[in-house]
Amino acid sequence: MGAAAGPLVRAVHDEFHGDLLEVSMGPQHPSTHGVFRMVVTLDGERIVKLKPVFGYLHRNHEKIAEGTSYLGSMPYTDRLDYLCSMSNNWAYALAVEKLAGQPVPDRAQYLRVIMAELTRLVNHMCLVGFLFNDLGTSFTPLLYAFREREKILDLFESLSGSRMMCNYQRFGGCRVDPTPEWLAAASALVNNFPRFLDEYETMLTGNEIMLARTQGIGRLNAQQAINAGITGPGLRASGVDYDIRKVDGYGFYPRFDFRVPLGAHGDTYDRYMMRVLEMRESVKILQQAFRDLPAGPIMDPKAKLRGFRPKIGEAYGRLEGPKGELGFHLISDGSPNPYRYRVRPPSLINLTLLEEMSLGHTIADAVVILGSIDIVLGEVDR
Amino acid sequence: MSLETLPLIVRDWIVALFPDVLQWLVHHLLSIAVILTVFGLFFAFTTIAERKLLGRLQNRLGPNRAGLPKLSILPFHLKHKLWGLSQPFADAVKALTKEDVVPDAADKVLHFLAPVVIVAFSLLGFAVLPFGRHLIPVELDAGLLYFFAAGTATELAIFMAGWGSRNKYSLLAAMRALAQLISYELPLILSVVPVVLVVGTLSLPDIAVAQSGWTFGVLPHWHVFTPWGFAGFLIFLVAALAESNRSPFDLPEAESELIAGHLTEYSGFKYALFFMAEYFGLTALSGLGVTIFLGGWQAPFAFLEFIPSYLWFMMKLAGMIVFFIWIRGTLLRLRIDQLTRLSWQFLVPLALLNLANAAFWALTAGWSGPLVFVRWAVSAAIVVVPFLILGRRLSGDRAPRTYRYAS
Repeated sequence: MGAAAGPLVRAVHDEFHGDLLEVSMGPQHPSTHGVFRMVVTLDGERIVKLKPVFGYLHRNHEKIAEGTSYLGSMPYTDRLDYLCSMSNNWAYALAVEKLAGQPVPDRAQYLRVIMAELTRLVNHMCLVGFLFNDLGTSFTPLLYAFREREKILDLFESLSGSRMMCNYQRFGGCRVDPTPEWLAAASALVNNFPRFLDEYETMLTGNEIMLARTQGIGRLNAQQAINAGITGPGLRASGVDYDIRKVDGYGFYPRFDFRVPLGAHGDTYDRYMMRVLEMRESVKILQQAFRDLPAGPIMDPKAKLRGFRPKIGEAYGRLEGPKGELGFHLISDGSPNPYRYRVRPPSLINLTLLEEMSLGHTIADAVVILGSIDIVLGEVDR
Repeated sequence: MSLETLPLIVRDWIVALFPDVLQWLVHHLLSIAVILTVFGLFFAFTTIAERKLLGRLQNRLGPNRAGLPKLSILPFHLKHKLWGLSQPFADAVKALTKEDVVPDAADKVLHFLAPVVIVAFSLLGFAVLPFGRHLIPVELDAGLLYFFAAGTATELAIFMAGWGSRNKYSLLAAMRALAQLISYELPLILSVVPVVLVVGTLSLPDIAVAQSGWTFGVLPHWHVFTPWGFAGFLIFLVAALAESNRSPFDLPEAESELIAGHLTEYSGFKYALFFMAEYFGLTALSGLGVTIFLGGWQAPFAFLEFIPSYLWFMMKLAGMIVFFIWIRGTLLRLRIDQLTRLSWQFLVPLALLNLANAAFWALTAGWSGPLVFVRWAVSAAIVVVPFLILGRRLSGDRAPRTYRYAS
């Protein structure tokens, strides 16, 4: 944290506060969303120090990618954020297409938008469900969220052969062309989605306990968020208008009409609401995409799959993933595999301010704040 | 020989088998055995009911696989799964056969004693509950007082478990449990005092009898159907939820924060005992609520009196338990400071005002004619107005927000 982040109030230990208790939450704690550890120093129930410890799920992703061909890394990207494999595929394809100057046909661009937005729905459903689980419901909202998520995963499975590890994008297009029946089913699902969201929100968004547990908890002001490099819904909850779909206009997003919701307080409740509102916007994008989907090839006919050797250079491709800015930085030395391959994982960078958000709150709030940041350890540890 | 007196006839018949010297002992041992079996089974089926109901609330099926085991001594093999009704017995077998882990650093004595103590004290409350017209294990003049005194000891056991485990999560949970139980003991008792004030007795069977009779044969005279009784019942429900550590007040075992709270270091049968004690406590509190506010063993309508009184009691008890399960499947958990604030700033003042309300009700017992409506209106106002004012104070400036969009 730079000094520009403003004065961060740090609790000072004095002899009037009794003993501090150091609790190691994790790596097998039920609500750390995977193998993640927080070394928390407590004064009673208040947090005076919090140190995130991660790396339990390190899989050597970047080094493996340097040893395999460009296309060989595509299935590995599925395993980064294992809830949003389609977005990860697209981010990697974007970077490689930038590197090789590979054009993408229109139908594939539309399909990519459809898949990315369906993935956003999946991820936000998961996040909201798990957040409520951290808030202490006995799995009820989570299971309702998973009911909807299952429908989307069934669509993914019928299209790509796998529910979560889709491995769908290729450099210059997509792997499978959806049938008209698939498109009809997906369209029907998307049209029914707002009804489910309304039901969900009626039950939970205005709930008194929910408001008491999330409003004013884990505040993050815009300056802190920008300095820490936080992206995605967490940044927009602090009121910063920064959505890479609008800023970069990658893919065909400029053709779509959608709005970017902004929070005002930057607390946990805003972060939750950002997700809910984004789901509604995603539904709008999806409806437009199903309406305008053109016919045509889904792969660029000139695209090389075998013997793919991009020319010497480097490229950084990024997109607005469900969790924030997911970027791939590639350096090519002309050989079939990248010389350097670097992932910019949104989960890891959004996690850096966990301590600043949690200081002064209770241990119960720390769990909720962690849930609202929305991390997936596969991406944090890579 | 009717159904109503059948348990008593059976009891007298068994007692008569013994010599005169032992009869009083057998009499009491029978009561104990009946309570243990009936409520042991009640606990077993409460767990399956809870799991199945929660499953239905969450659009899944809940456990439905455990049928009867295939026994060679039976002449037939029942292929039907019995809707999973034997699940609790399978769970009990599993809990009994699991390894009992005691942490090295734990205080062995406390660690061992805590589950025993909690089960013993949670069972004590059943002794004074009137389960039916003549089914009272122990007729105490101060039954209510005894009930609360026995129930308070369970907090000690929870603290023993948390402290004796030598585990930081358990310790935090024990601290929370104490704060919570001390906070909610007060509204729990205060919510019951108005009834004592109006009825004028601490004896639970007398309180149940005081709620007999019907207006026009359909409107029962239960306390819950008076303004002060209704308010008292709601306060009682909230406090009972907190006292029995159930959602939304399940902070001592907040699995998302403290893994399993004071149960973290318990396994096997000790864990099952804690589980059992929790449900015993819940059942006993529900039984008290039924006795004090819901007319005890009284039938709701005059023409339903042919159904034995103990069945009515059990039905109401089951209704209360289902309500608690429903709450668990719906609500979120409070934070510890919000929990204590709810008690001290909301429930306790309301319960005290409700006491004044009951005093007013007792004073105006002689009013008749149009004054009856005045009596009801004043009593209702004493409940509703503070509720609204205090509720607004409690929620503060929290409200759902509206959001702007980037242009």
